[in-house]
Amino acid sequence: MQPQLRILAPELVPQIIDEAFQLLLKPGIKVQREEARDLLAGAGARVDKDHEVVQIPEKLAREALETVPRDFFLFDKLGQPAVHYGGDDVHFDPGSSGVNVLDADTGQHRPATSSDLIKVIKITESLCQYDAQSTALVCSEIPKEIGDLYRLYLVLLYSNKPVVTGAFSIQTTSSMIEMLSVFAGGLDALAKKPTAIFDVCPSPPLIWSSFGSQNLIDLARAAIPAQIVSMPLAGAAAPVTLLGSVVQHAAECISGMTIHQLAQPGSPIVWGGAPAIMDMRQGTTPMGAVETAMLDAAYAQVGKSFGFPTHGYLGASDAKIVDYQAGMESSTTAMIGALAGINMISGAGMLDFLACLSPEKLIIDAEAIGMAKRMLQGMLVHTTPLAANMYDEINFKGDFLKQRLTRQLVKEEQYLPSAVIDRGSIRTWQQLGSTTAMDRAKTRLKDLLKSYQPPDLPADQVAELQTMVARLASAAGLEKLPPLGD
Amino acid sequence: MTDQIFKKMAQSIIDGESEIAVELAIKALAEGMDPLDAINKGFVLGVEHVGNMFSCGDAFLPELVMAGEAMKAAVSVLEPEMAKQGTERKSLGTVVLGTIEGDIHDIGKTLVGTMLSTAGFKVFDLGVDVPIMTLVEKARQENADIIGISSLLTTTMVKQRDVIEALDDLGLRGKVKVLVGGAPVTRSWAEEIGADGYSEDAVGAVEVAKEILQAD
Repeated sequence: MQPQLRILAPELVPQIIDEAFQLLLKPGIKVQREEARDLLAGAGARVDKDHEVVQIPEKLAREALETVPRDFFLFDKLGQPAVHYGGDDVHFDPGSSGVNVLDADTGQHRPATSSDLIKVIKITESLCQYDAQSTALVCSEIPKEIGDLYRLYLVLLYSNKPVVTGAFSIQTTSSMIEMLSVFAGGLDALAKKPTAIFDVCPSPPLIWSSFGSQNLIDLARAAIPAQIVSMPLAGAAAPVTLLGSVVQHAAECISGMTIHQLAQPGSPIVWGGAPAIMDMRQGTTPMGAVETAMLDAAYAQVGKSFGFPTHGYLGASDAKIVDYQAGMESSTTAMIGALAGINMISGAGMLDFLACLSPEKLIIDAEAIGMAKRMLQGMLVHTTPLAANMYDEINFKGDFLKQRLTRQLVKEEQYLPSAVIDRGSIRTWQQLGSTTAMDRAKTRLKDLLKSYQPPDLPADQVAELQTMVARLASAAGLEKLPPLGD
Repeated sequence: MTDQIFKKMAQSIIDGESEIAVELAIKALAEGMDPLDAINKGFVLGVEHVGNMFSCGDAFLPELVMAGEAMKAAVSVLEPEMAKQGTERKSLGTVVLGTIEGDIHDIGKTLVGTMLSTAGFKVFDLGVDVPIMTLVEKARQENADIIGISSLLTTTMVKQRDVIEALDDLGLRGKVKVLVGGAPVTRSWAEEIGADGYSEDAVGAVEVAKEILQAD
């Protein structure tokens, strides 16, 4: 039995959904793209063109929500199902779009580069706790116009795992889909076995921007999975009450799914988010606050009541270095997300309100994720009876080490952390240098890079991708693609 | 007696009570009080008090924002009377504010606008996603002393440099100072692009705005 956290009292769920439908009428949803408004109007919504506000009746929305697939898979490059978006299956990926990287030697936050991203991709590839890659860093030396597709390019070259990504513009969305189709064997094959999911963001409160609306439509029509990332900022861009923010989240997701399904019914889409509370002293948006995790758990429960696949942003910290705060915030929120049964939990590796990614933290966070996944396995019934027949030769001595059962079952019963987790005696610890978790992560990073296995990609497909990206780069003013340092 | 009224005015701001502030302002006018006194000896002291409390962590953003709103409400009652008497509140300067194009984050910027206007600046807040030339044109139109640019994304932050270049190209740079802000903006970025000032938060922005205008 998978242990579960259902944070909302059952009677709150229909109340939240009911009020979300009320918001869709009053004040309605601002939809800043004419094509999206036309889709909604065509289905019976009332449109105020001058103010770009649409009133979406519940019946219309509910009909659209009916065609949302209740589950789907992301595939790896070998064509194997790798991530199941559905039910209470829980997966983790690193946080994405970090602008800075934590330099482990200097302790400084510095702008990330392609070689940082390549390192992160290799680590993520080598850690079994991560079910998918993300486009984790923005490469500062790459022209902004192709920043989104360039990071996808790197993920595609260095990893077999599916990727959680997102586009920054309408044009690059279609370029990125084309890039993905190279290894999938064409656009149709990609739609049948998608290897990526694209984040799409409404703007709080209750706004689908021009780009966001178009993104929903384009992804729906390409049948590439879309992941709504609604981010109510409780007390600033959403009600200060957590429940109020969950209602806003539901309204943003319902309206987004409605536009999406009207564009193409049956295309996959995820009820996801990256909410936070607003810290009223600092004016910051703490991802590591417990209330942030509570928001994710609550909105996930609402999404699950419909049967939708879910996503959340947890496992990150607002600390600036990999210290106790970083550990506390990341592991607590990751565990909450896991128990809430969220299908894809993004955020591992991140510091400083998602602005910075630390490769070493990503390695340590893998242990927190290992703990969470072990928790989700629950208490396993390995034997019948549970214990009654295990004492025959024990004779009141702690001799369980000698039992065959111990040897047979210990690996199934216990999660084996890596050397990042110190469980040695204090003498051993001292002999090994009295290391911190950060020290041990630095060592493990070197080991992981050594043991990294690059994906086995057909040379002609690699060439096709490189030609495509080089062409797009040159159009953005980048004469030559940067060399891929290894 | 008037002292007590001044105290109540300040308190209405501290408590963020717009309706009470408005009532006190109306009453003050009815009793013939100089509207400038009401502002400078009454309401403004409340704003300063909340600003100080925020800076030392005793008051939080909601208090700051609501104080600003109460101040705006009181001033909007008093302004028509001041216009009639020809005794406008001395403007500390004209500021054109906006979140740069491509960026829709506005909470910080709006707070800066509120703080600046309650401190006595004339503020034109152009909202979010403001094209570079719109900022520059408005500054020219209103003879602004300062353009304040906010961005929360590193991808849009780079356009702050473009605003300064546009002011250079149009020969306005000598007249218009540039203040930059937003989460990814740092003092060194401000220096790198040749901005005149930078603040970590809205309360600090008021001080910086005053400083950079005095430096003339």
